[in-house]
Amino acid sequence: MSGAWLLALVGVPALVGTVLLGLAVRRASAGATPDVGARARGRVTAAVLTTAALTVLLAVVAAVVRPEVAWSFVPGGGFGLGVDGLSALLLPAVAGVALLVLVVAVAERIRPAARFHGLILLFVAAVLLTLTATTLPALLLGWEVMGAASWALIGFHWRDQARTSAGVTAFLTTRSADLGLYVAAGAAAAGAATDGGAGAGLSLAALPALPSPWRDVAAAGLVVAALGKAAQLPFSFWLSRAMLGPSPVSALLHSATMVAMGGYLLLRTEPVLAATPWAATLTAWVGALTAVALGVVAMAQRDLKQLLAASTAAQLGFVVLAAGVGDVAGGSEHLVGHAATKALLFLVAGLWLTALGTKRLDALAGVARWWRPVGALFTLAALTLAGLPPLGLWVTKDHVLAAAAEHSGWLYAAGLVAAVLSAGYAAVAVRAVWGGPTDRPKHGAGWDTEERGTRHVPARAVPALAALGVGALLPVTLLVPRVAHALERLVGASGSSIPGAAEMAVSAGLALVAFGLVLRRVPPPVLGAARWWSLEAAAHATVVRPVAALARLADRFDRRLDATVIATARATRAVAAAAGRFDVSVFDAAVVATARATGAGAAATGRFDLSAFDAAVRRLARSVGSAGRAVLRPQTGQVHQYLGAAATLLAAGAVLLAVVRP
Amino acid sequence: MLSTIIFLPLVGAAVLVFGRPAPRAARALWLATTVVDLVLLLVLTAGYRTPGPGGLAFAERTAWIPSAGVSYHVGVDGLSLPMLLVTDVLFVACAVWALRESDRVPRLGALFLALQTTCLGLFSAQDLILFFLFFDLSIVAMYAVIAGWGHADHRRSALQFFLYTFLGSLALLVGFIGLYLGADPHTFDIPALVAQAQGGATLGGGLVLGAILLGLAIKTPVVPFHTWLPPAHTDAPAIGSAILAGVLLKMGTYGFLRVAMPLLPDAWRSWAWAILVVGLVSVLYGALVALAQTNLKRMIAYTSVNHLGYVVLAVGAAGLVAPDTAAARQIAITGAVTQMVSHGLITGALFLLAGTLYDRAGTYEMDRFGGLARTAPRYTALFAVGALASLGLPGLSGFVAEFQIFTGSIAATWVAALALAGILLTAALFLSAFHRMFTGRDGPDTRGFADLTGPELAAAGPLLVLSLALGLVPGPLLGVIRPFAESVITALGG
Repeated sequence: MSGAWLLALVGVPALVGTVLLGLAVRRASAGATPDVGARARGRVTAAVLTTAALTVLLAVVAAVVRPEVAWSFVPGGGFGLGVDGLSALLLPAVAGVALLVLVVAVAERIRPAARFHGLILLFVAAVLLTLTATTLPALLLGWEVMGAASWALIGFHWRDQARTSAGVTAFLTTRSADLGLYVAAGAAAAGAATDGGAGAGLSLAALPALPSPWRDVAAAGLVVAALGKAAQLPFSFWLSRAMLGPSPVSALLHSATMVAMGGYLLLRTEPVLAATPWAATLTAWVGALTAVALGVVAMAQRDLKQLLAASTAAQLGFVVLAAGVGDVAGGSEHLVGHAATKALLFLVAGLWLTALGTKRLDALAGVARWWRPVGALFTLAALTLAGLPPLGLWVTKDHVLAAAAEHSGWLYAAGLVAAVLSAGYAAVAVRAVWGGPTDRPKHGAGWDTEERGTRHVPARAVPALAALGVGALLPVTLLVPRVAHALERLVGASGSSIPGAAEMAVSAGLALVAFGLVLRRVPPPVLGAARWWSLEAAAHATVVRPVAALARLADRFDRRLDATVIATARATRAVAAAAGRFDVSVFDAAVVATARATGAGAAATGRFDLSAFDAAVRRLARSVGSAGRAVLRPQTGQVHQYLGAAATLLAAGAVLLAVVRP
Repeated sequence: MLSTIIFLPLVGAAVLVFGRPAPRAARALWLATTVVDLVLLLVLTAGYRTPGPGGLAFAERTAWIPSAGVSYHVGVDGLSLPMLLVTDVLFVACAVWALRESDRVPRLGALFLALQTTCLGLFSAQDLILFFLFFDLSIVAMYAVIAGWGHADHRRSALQFFLYTFLGSLALLVGFIGLYLGADPHTFDIPALVAQAQGGATLGGGLVLGAILLGLAIKTPVVPFHTWLPPAHTDAPAIGSAILAGVLLKMGTYGFLRVAMPLLPDAWRSWAWAILVVGLVSVLYGALVALAQTNLKRMIAYTSVNHLGYVVLAVGAAGLVAPDTAAARQIAITGAVTQMVSHGLITGALFLLAGTLYDRAGTYEMDRFGGLARTAPRYTALFAVGALASLGLPGLSGFVAEFQIFTGSIAATWVAALALAGILLTAALFLSAFHRMFTGRDGPDTRGFADLTGPELAAAGPLLVLSLALGLVPGPLLGVIRPFAESVITALGG
């Protein structure tokens, strides 16, 4: 019966989300302005927060009870949900971050509330499903619904074409990568069959046991799908565009959930990677390279949310690297630590955006001083992101780096470079937000450039931010060996590499130096890094534009094909018409002519009949008549004449007989 | 009971024609007939037990032309039942949609009810001549619907549809006669022919299959025989399009599974690669051309070419007989039948929704709209769900179908993986269509665009709800289909 917990965990937010969306449609069609009565809005937010809190509770229960549930979905593939150590660690973390983000979102008053919160809850349900999926069909359901919900959330303000197209970019980019999961499912089915039985049932746990080459295909599919969601190279660009979404959306999608799920999938399927060495090596290197390349991008950004977005891809690079080198414990620690840290950073960036109407770093100069608690929490998170000792991400990152070092010196070196870059871009942000006047001026240069600022940061948001700050600090406890070992046991990893004191000192020293240097002077951006290495332009040039051109070509061809069919039909009709004309002109004429000829013949015959034939007949009749009369002439009645005639006849007969006889 | 279900709509049609009711009464009678028919079918379904291999449930047989081996033979199995259900559901939806129709209602209703009988008859026919008869009559009825109630260039489109598909039906007839002549004793009875084919008799070679395939390919339609479809859809009334895409196109793919595969297994196996490639081309080409469309109805029409291409791909892959892929190929067949059901529901709903555009603004050009999300939120929500379903989002029926088709086909041959690009293209085209019409600035025809009315909502909404239900709990449907898929794979041998 424990499976009911899991169904509730996924089902409650999904159901409430759907109901809210229905409500949103009803309100919109009732012609109500988006800003409906405060009471109605209060009911919506109460429902949302209650649901989110309940979800946290259910997540904790699920982490403890470890329920499992499965039912048949398609032939040869079940629909399975379950909680193991890895998901037991991540479920409460994800549900907790979601709750805190929602608290801030409520404080930010995003309108229309019902649609926004409905979509967020649906999204959260999809994430929880992804986390608990034990089979490919279940994973795909969570995975792709998450992508679709991100489309609706990023393009939430739908009047703005730039935002909606950013949503489309996110959905399509991640979906192209998702095709890998379909391939993996096909490979699993094929492999299960060749192994002599369909026992695998498309379960994730059975993938490592697939026979080669199906295991290789499955591994490749999983890796591509995960890299797409985790915004790793070469898919990173969708993350940059996604920053046009509302800030709480960025805080949720790009900290603990969507992007993180890419890293999670690789950690979950690490045994497949371990069984497929080339895939593991590839994964590790893509992670390391992304950590470096996107770290450089983050250094070059002059927009706070863009900086955070690039750093998200870079930090996920460490998780991907961890999965590649088989360090599930280190990877999951880093994933959780980064989730809380980055959610906090994004939420604060959003609050500042709402207050000042900008997220440009130069326009934000000094903002940390004006709302002190918020500024302090932002700084704490930024220092954590920098990997400064003894903060959380320093601990977790070193864990990953130690594992990388065991694999390859080059991987370790790349990881160290990425760690230095983390310190650098965190310093860029910290330097910007503290480097201004102590008191907020009435109006600053560059404010209100993106929206009208409220000049107000809601105090209600602070407790939630503080809770996230605590979450960001939690990985520090991993410095206690017993805690670290307990976590390893939880995620089922054994013999993870523990970084030595020297390694930790090196990374701490490098981070401190880099942080200090950048605080003094921000280096000029590397050429191309400000534009994210033109990854999106490259995707447009190599995929989007050729496909669009191909589509136009196909359309033209299709119209020509249709024209050909019509032309064939016309030709057929023309042939028929010609045949008809031929029929009229030749056959019919011939027939008519024949008929005429026949008529003429008949007439001629008739004439002939009258003139010649009839005359002949008459002549014949006349001659018959005269012959008759001639015949009558001998009948004289006189016997001697009869006798003379008979004698003549006899004589003639005798002569004939004499002549004819031989 | 089965015959009652098949012919009940025809009786309704007769009443509409000869009773000459007022439009109001005609609409009510039309709707009532379809609802009663659906209820009867549901009762039948409740009593359905999977017949043994090669067997039929609710079979009825009466001699018709005994001298030629033709009989009135109907019955249902795991392929027929889902198609009958989706047919009846769509006809109910159309009758609901037509509650606001005012143009020559009695005749329109009679035509639709007659059309319903031909569809139901086709999906339960167990005799080739009976099959052919319903196949042809459906073309005639649809021709009348498009020519009589369409718009724009509808007479020409209707004629093109009629001539093209009629040509296909002639090819089909030639193939059927080939089967008849190849059978010993001569018969048109499908189960008898299946039994002969199973017994090792070769009923016909490549030419017979070729004729049948040509006929079915035109009806499905697959590339390059699809050009009648976009104009027919564009100029047909909304309910005509819904039935054309939702039911009539399925007659082609139904024929593959009912006639071509089980009756000509040897020829099918040797043609499997060609069929698979045609399916693959239809998937990719249909999606690409759809991507380039600016007219919503043309776009959806081309996505039908894409979606039915998956079915053709799956039946082609099923013919690639190899010893250890039987289970996978069976998944592909189950997916193909699921796709036929799912596409009926989703595209039926989408075509009904597309009809709203013409109804309100007299155009299907997407760029005439924009920002409809404000003026028509219910329409926006429904279209969004329909689009997501059509692009194969998990949780909706399209995914269940396509996931099985991909899994099974890829396991049979890696070439099938190329078709995966299709679901990416459909995602791109549906999202871009959605944004053109519903978000951004208002277009010239956005002002005063009325949201969905009650009947419109009641017609299209349940179709999408059914798609959602099948997407989340496909078990019961797949349970019905599975034994049939098994029998097809067994029939193909190997």
